[in-house]
Amino acid sequence: MFSVHRTAILALVCWLPLHGCGGGGKSAGAAAAGAGGAKVLNLYIWSDYLAPSTLQDFEKQTGIKVHSAYFDTNETLETKLLAGSSGFDIVVPTASYFERQIRAGAYLALDKSRLPNSMNMDPQLMAKVAMNDPDNAHGVIYLWGTNGIGYNEKMVKALMPDAPLDSWRLVFDPAVAAKVAKCGISLLDSPAEMLRAVYSYLGKDPNSQSAQDLVQAEAVLNKIRPYIRNFSSSEYIEALANGDLCISVGYNGDVLQARDRAREANKGTEIKYAVPKEGSILWFDMLAIPKDAPDPDSAYAFMNYMMTPQVIADVSNFKRYADANAASQPLLLPALKNDPAIYPPPDQMQKLVLQKADSPEQTRAVTRVWQKFKTGQ
Amino acid sequence: MALPYLWLLLFFVVPFIIVLKISFSDMDLAIPPYKPLLEWVGQNSLAIKVNFENYAFLFTDSLYLNAFANSIKVAFLSTLLCLIIGYPMAYGIARARPALRNILLLLVILPFWTSLLLRVYAWIGLLKANGVINNVLMSLGIIHEPLTMLYTPFAMYVGIVYSYLPFLILPLYANLEKMDWQLLEAAQDLGCRPWQAFFKITLPLSRNGILAGSMLVFIPAVGEFVIPALLGGPNALMIGRVLWDEFFSNRAWPVASAVAILLLILLVPFMMWYQSVQARETAGAR
Repeated sequence: MFSVHRTAILALVCWLPLHGCGGGGKSAGAAAAGAGGAKVLNLYIWSDYLAPSTLQDFEKQTGIKVHSAYFDTNETLETKLLAGSSGFDIVVPTASYFERQIRAGAYLALDKSRLPNSMNMDPQLMAKVAMNDPDNAHGVIYLWGTNGIGYNEKMVKALMPDAPLDSWRLVFDPAVAAKVAKCGISLLDSPAEMLRAVYSYLGKDPNSQSAQDLVQAEAVLNKIRPYIRNFSSSEYIEALANGDLCISVGYNGDVLQARDRAREANKGTEIKYAVPKEGSILWFDMLAIPKDAPDPDSAYAFMNYMMTPQVIADVSNFKRYADANAASQPLLLPALKNDPAIYPPPDQMQKLVLQKADSPEQTRAVTRVWQKFKTGQ
Repeated sequence: MALPYLWLLLFFVVPFIIVLKISFSDMDLAIPPYKPLLEWVGQNSLAIKVNFENYAFLFTDSLYLNAFANSIKVAFLSTLLCLIIGYPMAYGIARARPALRNILLLLVILPFWTSLLLRVYAWIGLLKANGVINNVLMSLGIIHEPLTMLYTPFAMYVGIVYSYLPFLILPLYANLEKMDWQLLEAAQDLGCRPWQAFFKITLPLSRNGILAGSMLVFIPAVGEFVIPALLGGPNALMIGRVLWDEFFSNRAWPVASAVAILLLILLVPFMMWYQSVQARETAGAR
């Protein structure tokens, strides 16, 4: 009898830590407006996505204390927002997710009079995001970039000297993919974004919601499945840098990070980034205020601060992402401003399309196609 | 007396009812992303809208049943591997000197002092193409090309067996520890060879420990998500992953809840079995 109880307790002891992990942040922003009236801003942002002094300077200027929590996927952020009472004052969703969250009523409609710095924003880029957020009523662009292909030219050319490095054919044409598969191809594990890449390859509207188009895209995917080594949305950075992969469909910022790591390792690995000539999609990460933010005043102050030209230029220069602040452009390092992988030249810009939110039915259909593609079932 | 029931109510019954409720509702683009079951219609009539479609849907696509079947297969094989590795360990600990036993037990439990996630990531470092294992094997000249271990079913099984092994060892040890070893001496006196004595006496007597330990591995392994996601290949179709896709990618909380309820229904017979084994064990010990 005694030992049975002990079994149960022993099992429980080891059970708890196992399940204590993973979840991590309850309501990370629960400690809103701390004691003594000191104001607190709860920021929920992608990890490693600010300049070193960004938050310190804000705290110094305003006296508002910043509590940061980090997410690694849009899905994590979205789930917290849709569950309600997230406790965050500022969140940083990607625009296509942002669009859907706006429709779910997750965000505060911005009072523009409290954001005098919004006059600094680039009107053309803000007009693009207005496709997700009509009249830019709920958010401003934080940083933006493109989806494309990162590749190790030496490794690819060794297998196929005339590889089409500037084309989606590199991954979606089975004849090409078969030749270069040996050095490792990875795709983003993001059905909606990868489908848009296939649509660009097929010359279709990347935001198509048509069932027939989806059937065609599925046929393309099925032919290349044997040549795909893995599906990753962040691990490819490391793998590309150390030569475990030679071709990754990914985000420009991540590929540039791989390029830098490869250079630091100094083993002669050179990673390049291309936006395929058939076109691709743009991504925009937005600053927005949840409707139930504990302290909207601090949120406005932070949003306005982030549109200060020098502040956002520091972030851009440090993280090497493009920002959408017209007034900050003269403050950017030339190496950044002139890098076509960061600021695409105008002719390329024309072929870059904003990702719209899919309908729930389309989302389900696309997820299913992707599951079938990945697992074969 | 009431405390265990309060525990059960708070941490099982209430969450279960919430999930059950969501599984019968319609999806919605709102906060929260599903429609309420109960709605006031007019002044004083309450309408209940129960939607069974989420369940029906699970049977229209082979994905869900395949994922269930595959998860059970993975959990079963993992349990078997845990048993093969864990039984000798539990046996060894039970037969060790009492002073040594506590140290050995501590060594079994020690890894739990670090997060599961960290330990799984450590396996990535060991198994990857230019990871520790490949580098050692290559520098010893045993292999010349790195072995592909990471992102394969092999890596997934390594991760699951490694993580769940203590769940099997501990109850099994508790069972073996109170065994009367004089029975073995008696058997040998009566002419049994050691391995005969093991199969005729030790194994049958530890049956309840084996079942209890196996259930503690099998039940959570069926719903395992983290380890296959980090170590397994992209073609590992597990119900945990399907649930994740429904919840996060499709934002279909109702369908995700239906998958969760079905998973629970599937596991109830195993839990009941475990319960009855435990009850028998208690009765036997009296």
